[in-house]
Amino acid sequence: MNLKLIIDIAFNLIKARLKQSIVAAVGVTFGIAMFITLVSFMNGLNNLLDGLMLNRTPHVRLYNEIKPTKEQPVILSKKFRNTTNFINSIKPKDRGQEIYNSKSIINALKQDSRIIDVAPKVSVPVFYNTGNIEITGLINGIDVPAEEHLFKVSDYIIEGNVFDLNNEGNTIIIGKGLSEKMMVIVGDIIKITTLKGGLVNLKIVGISQIGIAEIDNTMSYTSLETAQMLLGESAGYITDIQVKLTDMALAPALAKEFGNKFNIDAIDAQTANSQFETGSKVRTIISYAVGITLLIVAGFGIYNILNMMIYEKMDSIAILKATGFSGNDVKWIFISLSLIIGVTGGLFGLLFGFAFSHAIELIPFETASLPTIKTYPIDYKVAYYTIGIIFAVCTTTIAGLFPALKASKIDPVEIIRGK
Amino acid sequence: MANTVLQTKNINKYFYDPVKFKVLSDINMSINEGEFVSIVGKSGCGKSTLLYILSTMDTDYEGELLINGDDLSKKTDSNLAKIRNQHIGFVFQFHYLLSEYNVVRNVMIPAIKLAKYSLKEIEHRAMEQLRKLDMTDQALKFPNQLSGGQKQRVAIARALINDPLIIMGDEPTGNLDKKNSDLVFDIFNNLVKERNQALLIVTHDPDFAVRTHRTIEMADGKIIS
Ligand SMILES: Nc1ncnc2c1ncn2[C@@H]1O[C@H](COP(=O)(O)OP(=O)(O)O)[C@@H](O)[C@H]1O
Ligand SMILES: [Mg+2]
Repeated sequence: MNLKLIIDIAFNLIKARLKQSIVAAVGVTFGIAMFITLVSFMNGLNNLLDGLMLNRTPHVRLYNEIKPTKEQPVILSKKFRNTTNFINSIKPKDRGQEIYNSKSIINALKQDSRIIDVAPKVSVPVFYNTGNIEITGLINGIDVPAEEHLFKVSDYIIEGNVFDLNNEGNTIIIGKGLSEKMMVIVGDIIKITTLKGGLVNLKIVGISQIGIAEIDNTMSYTSLETAQMLLGESAGYITDIQVKLTDMALAPALAKEFGNKFNIDAIDAQTANSQFETGSKVRTIISYAVGITLLIVAGFGIYNILNMMIYEKMDSIAILKATGFSGNDVKWIFISLSLIIGVTGGLFGLLFGFAFSHAIELIPFETASLPTIKTYPIDYKVAYYTIGIIFAVCTTTIAGLFPALKASKIDPVEIIRGK
Repeated sequence: MANTVLQTKNINKYFYDPVKFKVLSDINMSINEGEFVSIVGKSGCGKSTLLYILSTMDTDYEGELLINGDDLSKKTDSNLAKIRNQHIGFVFQFHYLLSEYNVVRNVMIPAIKLAKYSLKEIEHRAMEQLRKLDMTDQALKFPNQLSGGQKQRVAIARALINDPLIIMGDEPTGNLDKKNSDLVFDIFNNLVKERNQALLIVTHDPDFAVRTHRTIEMADGKIIS
């Protein structure tokens, strides 16, 4: 087989039908460009939303869940150990929210090479008092430097500085929704009632906005020490240990491991945020489905033009066969023809796809809930462009294959006789 | 003794559509190097059908076909294509040229396909063929810019480019006026003289036939003389 000659013939056939060939190639260009744009945009959004949720939640969270004892006392009795026991109205056992031995757990975790860092937390359910009204809410006592390292809290502090929590005792950074409800600003003092009934004054040093109204309306930050003070607990008191891993995919396995090792409840981010995963998957599926649909349409375009060309070029095919081209050679002429159209269209598609996604990235996208985002997010990834061109090559090859097989089977005698 | 370039042994062929009928029966013939043979016969007697079989384009027949002593009846499609490319030059009644290519390129394509010579050498050889046929000044024209006689000369140049064992023609002068037909005959005749070329030409022109070395007459799918 003489590849150069075959490609040369394919090129000349295209030249003879340039307009239709361009239309077919534009179909591929459109399909690929749309695919690239959609995938880049959808994945940009996915990353953004992942960032919104997953970057703010620990990969693994260790805590004490309120739940009944797994092994009920009846099991301890030799007599009933091997029988089936029905126990009604089991009540959870109060083990408290405190993580016992938190210091040594944290130290052990910090030694682990699979872990980036660990941040302890104390969550304190409280009532915020404003006039006669009490608003239920939650104060998170955080270890400011660790929290900043893991979750970059400062991104969500829209007024004040998160490190002020450490500089001064009895200070608080309240959620934006909360500050609007209570009509308070930075510098004001608010009153807080703890569940145990104590009344405490805290000074507002900042306002935070996570972007999720439910949280911004109820949650505030304070330092670990202040939170422990609110609960009347000692300095070792911790309710949550938040862990960030080097590889998030390990979270479910490690959650199990830590849970067993430290005899504690552990939840991984995937389980805690499964609904976000679903959303991401759906968006990805949509963009691939749309891209593939467009490419199939483009494939039909190529199929059509090739069929037309073969019909018009019957004579040429007969001559080629009469002068020594085999059916296989003719097949490859039409496959290369289709590939030339597909690859050219595909490469332009990549170019336009890049241009379109860049254009989208320039569109301003400012929303109160996403303080760090200024324009629509685009995820540029070589992989999408690779997939795009592979798609283009595959669809055009398949679209070209059937007409090419048809051409290879043309009987020159029939054509020559037909004259 | 001269070499036999083409030989058939008991070739039979049937058509099945619309009813089964025997279009060729017991065709036995052979052609030697340097022999100029014509086939004549009434329209519909099976001349074209025979020529398509001899040119290896039609493989649906019974019997044996030998080119240069090589039995072709069981060769694959791509082997036959190679044989057509290298050993058989075909000239049709209607000048079949590739409209996408100019004259010299049309002549070159079978040689590029054969890939025996470099592209430059092929171009040189193609120009040489065109010069012999007095077509040098038409080399860069496209087929639709040529007259019928000129197109037929291009087709002959193309048939000659790979130095085939045999040239076959299905009424190559059928569409030409007297002057052009004589010209084509002279070209064929020169090939026989200069290159010892074997030629097998179907014709219905008695003038043409009598001037060849040997005439095979066909009737109803049989060779009668
Ligand atoms: N594809 C075909 N199917 C059926 N009959 C055919 C076919 N091609 C040719 N024939 C018949 O075969 C006979 C021989 O045709 P052909 O070889 O073209 O004759 P000619 O000697 O005029 O060249 C004719 O009767 C023709 O009608
Ligand atoms: Mg005929």
